Amino acid sequence: MSTLIAILVVGVLAALFGALLGYASVQFKVIGDPLAEQLDALLPQTQCGQCGYPGCKPYAEAVANGEAINKCAPGGEDTIKKIADLMGVEVQPLDGNHETDNTPKVAFIIEEDCIGCTKCIQACPVDAIIGTTKQMHTIIADECTGCDLCVAPCPVDCIEMIPLATTTQNWQWDLNSIPVVQID
Amino acid sequence: MAFWIASSPHNHQQSETSALMRLVIYATIPGILAQWYFFGWGNLIHIALAVTTAIVAEFTVLSLRDKKITSQLFDGSAILTAVLLGISLPALAPWWITIIGSIFAIAVVKQLYGGLGHNPFNPAMAAYVMLLISFPVQMTQWQPPLSLLAMDIQFNDTLAVIFSGYTPQGYSVEQIRTHIDGYTMATPLDTVKTNLTLGLTVAESMNSPVIGKHFGLGWEWINAGFLLGGLFLLFKKAIHWTTPFSFLISLFVCSFIAFIISPDSSTSTMFNWFTGATMLGAFFILTDPVSGATSVKGRLVFGALAGLLVYLIRNFGGYPDAIAFAVLLCNMAAPLIDQYTRPRTYGHDLGAKK
Amino acid sequence: MESVIERIKKGNFSHFHGGIHPPEQKFLTSTKPIASAQIPEQLIIPLRQHIGQAGKLIISVGDKVLKGQALTTIDTPMSLPVHAPTSGTITDIKLMPIPHPSGLSEACVILTPDGDDTWQPRKICPDYKLLSKENILDKIANAGIAGMGGAGFPTKVKVSTLSKIEYLIINAAECEPYITADDLLIQEHSPTILDGIKIIDHLLSPTNILIGIEDNKPKAIDALMKATADIDHLQVCVIPTKYPSGGEKQLIQILTGQEVPSGVLPSSLGIIMQNIGTCFAIADAVINDTPLIKRVVTISGQALEKPQNIWALIGTPVGFLTKHCGYQNNEKQHLIMGGPMMGFSLPTDQIPVIKSTNCILAPSEIEIASPFSSTSSKEVECIRCGQCADVCPAQLLPQELQWSAKAKDQAQLAKLNLFDCIECGACAYVCPSQIPLVHYYRVAKAEIRQQKLLDIKAEKAKVRFEARKLRLEREKIARAEKHKKAAEARKARMNSGTAAAKSEKSAVADALARVKAKKAQANKAIASSDNNKENPATEQVDSGKSQVANAIARAKSKKLAQQEQAQLDAIDTQQDNESPSSLATKQIEPVVIDKKAKVAAAIAKAKAKKRQKETTANNTDSNSESERNDSATTQSTSNKADHETIDTAVTESVNAPESANKTLDKKAKVAAAIAKAKAKKRQKETTANNTDSDTDTNSESNSESESNDSATIQSTSNKAEHETIDTAVTESVNAPESANKALDKKAKIAAAIAKAKSKAKSKAKAKSAIKSESDASLQNVETSTTKIEPSQEPMKNAEIEHETSDVQSKVNNNTADIDRKAKIAAAIAKAKAKKLANNTQKSSSESSKQKLQQPEHSEIVEAKAKNLEAENKKARVAAAVAKAKAKKLAASANKSTHSE
Repeated sequence: MSTLIAILVVGVLAALFGALLGYASVQFKVIGDPLAEQLDALLPQTQCGQCGYPGCKPYAEAVANGEAINKCAPGGEDTIKKIADLMGVEVQPLDGNHETDNTPKVAFIIEEDCIGCTKCIQACPVDAIIGTTKQMHTIIADECTGCDLCVAPCPVDCIEMIPLATTTQNWQWDLNSIPVVQID
Repeated sequence: MAFWIASSPHNHQQSETSALMRLVIYATIPGILAQWYFFGWGNLIHIALAVTTAIVAEFTVLSLRDKKITSQLFDGSAILTAVLLGISLPALAPWWITIIGSIFAIAVVKQLYGGLGHNPFNPAMAAYVMLLISFPVQMTQWQPPLSLLAMDIQFNDTLAVIFSGYTPQGYSVEQIRTHIDGYTMATPLDTVKTNLTLGLTVAESMNSPVIGKHFGLGWEWINAGFLLGGLFLLFKKAIHWTTPFSFLISLFVCSFIAFIISPDSSTSTMFNWFTGATMLGAFFILTDPVSGATSVKGRLVFGALAGLLVYLIRNFGGYPDAIAFAVLLCNMAAPLIDQYTRPRTYGHDLGAKK
Repeated sequence: MESVIERIKKGNFSHFHGGIHPPEQKFLTSTKPIASAQIPEQLIIPLRQHIGQAGKLIISVGDKVLKGQALTTIDTPMSLPVHAPTSGTITDIKLMPIPHPSGLSEACVILTPDGDDTWQPRKICPDYKLLSKENILDKIANAGIAGMGGAGFPTKVKVSTLSKIEYLIINAAECEPYITADDLLIQEHSPTILDGIKIIDHLLSPTNILIGIEDNKPKAIDALMKATADIDHLQVCVIPTKYPSGGEKQLIQILTGQEVPSGVLPSSLGIIMQNIGTCFAIADAVINDTPLIKRVVTISGQALEKPQNIWALIGTPVGFLTKHCGYQNNEKQHLIMGGPMMGFSLPTDQIPVIKSTNCILAPSEIEIASPFSSTSSKEVECIRCGQCADVCPAQLLPQELQWSAKAKDQAQLAKLNLFDCIECGACAYVCPSQIPLVHYYRVAKAEIRQQKLLDIKAEKAKVRFEARKLRLEREKIARAEKHKKAAEARKARMNSGTAAAKSEKSAVADALARVKAKKAQANKAIASSDNNKENPATEQVDSGKSQVANAIARAKSKKLAQQEQAQLDAIDTQQDNESPSSLATKQIEPVVIDKKAKVAAAIAKAKAKKRQKETTANNTDSNSESERNDSATTQSTSNKADHETIDTAVTESVNAPESANKTLDKKAKVAAAIAKAKAKKRQKETTANNTDSDTDTNSESNSESESNDSATIQSTSNKAEHETIDTAVTESVNAPESANKALDKKAKIAAAIAKAKSKAKSKAKAKSAIKSESDASLQNVETSTTKIEPSQEPMKNAEIEHETSDVQSKVNNNTADIDRKAKIAAAIAKAKAKKLANNTQKSSSESSKQKLQQPEHSEIVEAKAKNLEAENKKARVAAAVAKAKAKKLAASANKSTHSE
């Protein structure tokens, strides 16, 4: 008899808590940003495709669906750390296949070499290259994300990636990097 | 000839953390002298033991953590912790109490949390509480003032008691603590507490020889000594006035209210101020910047909370004195207090100001 | 409550939070007069010496300039000119290290003085009140005056504010240790300064002018008091010495008791602050027409023998000044530009003095042994002593900021109001742990700014990326739309020219049949594609791509269709003109036909439903194609207004079957129904037979004959009025024939009809004749005819009806082989058609005459011709479709091979 009561009580309790949890899950459902959106916000939006996806959004979606978090080369360790935080997973080192040099760069077209083939224009994920057939192309440096994608299609290799120069405007207070003049 | 790159500001007040620590250690001297005068060599021996142990423990942990040993070992913080621990231990407590307490304070409470500046609890008080809970017998063997003792205890006697448990003559701690009249003497706070449970009024308890003329024979002078040291620190601006001020006021107010309501079962305000570790706590423990609150408002809240807790634990808790517990509880509350007492930044929330 | 002015007069000032009292060390220089300017061997004049943009360079290397001559001009609102501090030659314009904590280089003009110090002509203006405010503002701007207290904000922008100014505060606090430049300037030039203040007063007309000066400059205070005694609304406020009381926000709080809200300019509170040095420069510029080319610089520090204030030309290298003051070379040189609290270390002594340089500090090593040097840091852990928070004039929590800065927790830094930090250095000054707090904040600020820029850039990149994606999508859709439209138009055209459409269809069938036949012959296919290349008609097929051929074919068919359409129209009008009498009949007849057609359609529907159940999935493709054809037909028929009623009937009947799978069957039925309707008029008895036979035909799902029929319907409907009897006969003949010979082809039918009409001719001749007769333009007809001819071959070889569906299903099987072959076959078919067209050209023209001699038959021949045309067109469409499919398949095949 007592066993029965015990079973009954536990059963009722289980049902009660089950109902409570069920209610809570419906009532207090968190309608937040979908994970992919949040991930997309963390990515550097260079749209470089080095992760193997055609842009940052697709990669964000892939990560949300279980893709490795360490494929964003332009974002580097910082981005991986942020993604790891968001996803609640271990930080992984950047995928070895990618170049780790993520100093900010912009593409530059050596204009005398440009033949006006428009191939780079088609490759640019952010439409930062101006030009038309048989006309010299040029890059809007402010819009360039430094993604590197225009370099490969160029048939005459006239596109270079130039590191952004440090100016007094974007200098980051790194006193150690100041060249100290050695007199004598 | 080379140029020298530095970040502004280029000049700097000539003050260092170690200097600050040294200053605080010096300020404990009057209190320690009073302790020596009334309780003999016991605390001095404990302080010496604690300091030695602390330095060894600090050295060991620092070398394990690959830190710069020379600068950090002698920054004074470990020594200060050891001094405070030594002061708060019963004078005739066995030697291993000090050793264990000191190691615990330095290795666990301080270094395991990240070393100087990162410990959430005051190391000395945390160690004290650990000892009090783990070794209640040894930690409550408070020796009455020398003048009340049946026997004369010299330096070598104290040393023998601490290290072997018996004087060269073979007296145990219990025997030393026993009054000529045959009862065991305790601290004034303990006495009052015991008497209250026995149904005696506070006024009756005040007749106890342990209490003496004022608030506890010897204890009043020890507290006065620490008060003096504290005022010196205030004068030197080594500590901020807010925490001791609000702590003492809070304790005063609490005991005053209780005294008004029920004079028979409540001790006087001054009794609360000048017995136990009140002054030590007010000026040397609570003002520990690392584990305390930082803003002015926060410190006021911090001190007031400590005062209230001390009063509550003294009167309603199981232990006679409460400084250590109150300090630990306040340490826990400090981050929260800081969170809610952030000062208004210049140019922000101007509407709220007016 | 007493007013601010009353309070100030009583000497009561508000206080700001915190503040420190570092050793002042002003005695080093405060008692010595300002030494006059020395001209160095070379002046380095940075183009940008203020907050904002550099002006536009107006001189070039080699130019001779006079003292005071502008080197740049204003071209943006935030730009200021720089001037030649002395006469000389511009020897270079290049990147040089500028006075900036980073030691980075910017564009500088290098001026080699000639030693004459010749002024450019100046216009002295003794009374500034004669000038308009705009004039004064222009003078201030053109003199290149920027705030001389340190920040270097363009003064013109500041004094041209439109808001009502209550307090003009002149900042003479000079709270930084060592610096005495303003002190000395006041002592020696208070009248000029007062002129400057009056000019600003004139420009802004503030209610009160307050001069804030710390009480450690008694001589300067005396001088100011004397000079300003006669101005009512001016108060010299002697404030207690405390660093950083000279900070803009702090001085405002001391004097007015107000706090400047975060992120807001003081001018919004009606407060403007000017440095006392700026006032002097304004007076000099407006009255003496002297641009800002020199300033007082305190050269101080115990490493100097003669620390003093100097009138230094803008652009003078620091090394020249320190040498002048007897700099004792130490092992480690520490030169600071600015005061000890907020100045920055110089990496070389060739840095020029600029407009905002107020001090050069050369301390001895004992004097200022900075604990914050990157090489000699004595930093230890923070013990949360809170002294930094106690001295912070912005009431920040420096130690918490420091932790967040170390942890790079930018959100928390923002929450702790990092950007309200004025970098005064008070916290780092008092820090017992010697933590370079300000440095941490600067790094954190720079990082946050950088991050913000990156965020903006990322957002922009995202938007652009999305926009690009949208654009590509749009273009894709537009392209697809265009293709669809083109295809529809093609179909419409195809079906409009009924006979042509039919012929096209048969051409398709032909092509497909060929495909089947040539399945195994890949080599041949290549050869034929070669043939295709050689074909003169496909002149542009230089790439040899069947795509191009396809496009050309399409274009041609389009042309043809257009021409045909035109011809049809012409015929229609002709017919209308020729037989106006038949108009009445036209109108009556369709009604009757309509009714009957409807009945027939109903029957057809019922039958269709029955059959629908039997249909298999294999047919779907062919069906959908035929459906499209049908709908196209419907459209084309509905276009023809004169036959509205019939058209509707057709449409209806077509629509109904469309829901079923075998639309073609229904079409045939409709056709049959129409035929019936027509036939009934004359041959009521035969109608029943026809219907029966029709249904039989349908049951065999003869797509060929069906399309044939539908085409016939159109042609008949077009010419219904004239042809009623004949066409009906044709139809009725057709029907039984197809009933009898279930697998019969249209060509054969045509031939049979032709034979029946006893037009004994060879098939080719007959057709060419028909074409030449029925259509005015020979070319079109030729093409269509020629296309029919090849189509007849496979017809004989195989049962087209079944084959069509077979081949299509095979095409659906997606075997790349078939597709390729189909393409090739189509190409071959076309090529052959072209050849034939060329061949038949002559014969048709010849035969046209013969045809003309046989007018009795013209009507039937016409109908036939139309049938053939329609077939031809449909065949072409089918070929195109097949090609498209083949292309798709090829693409997918390519892909699969790639992926492999």
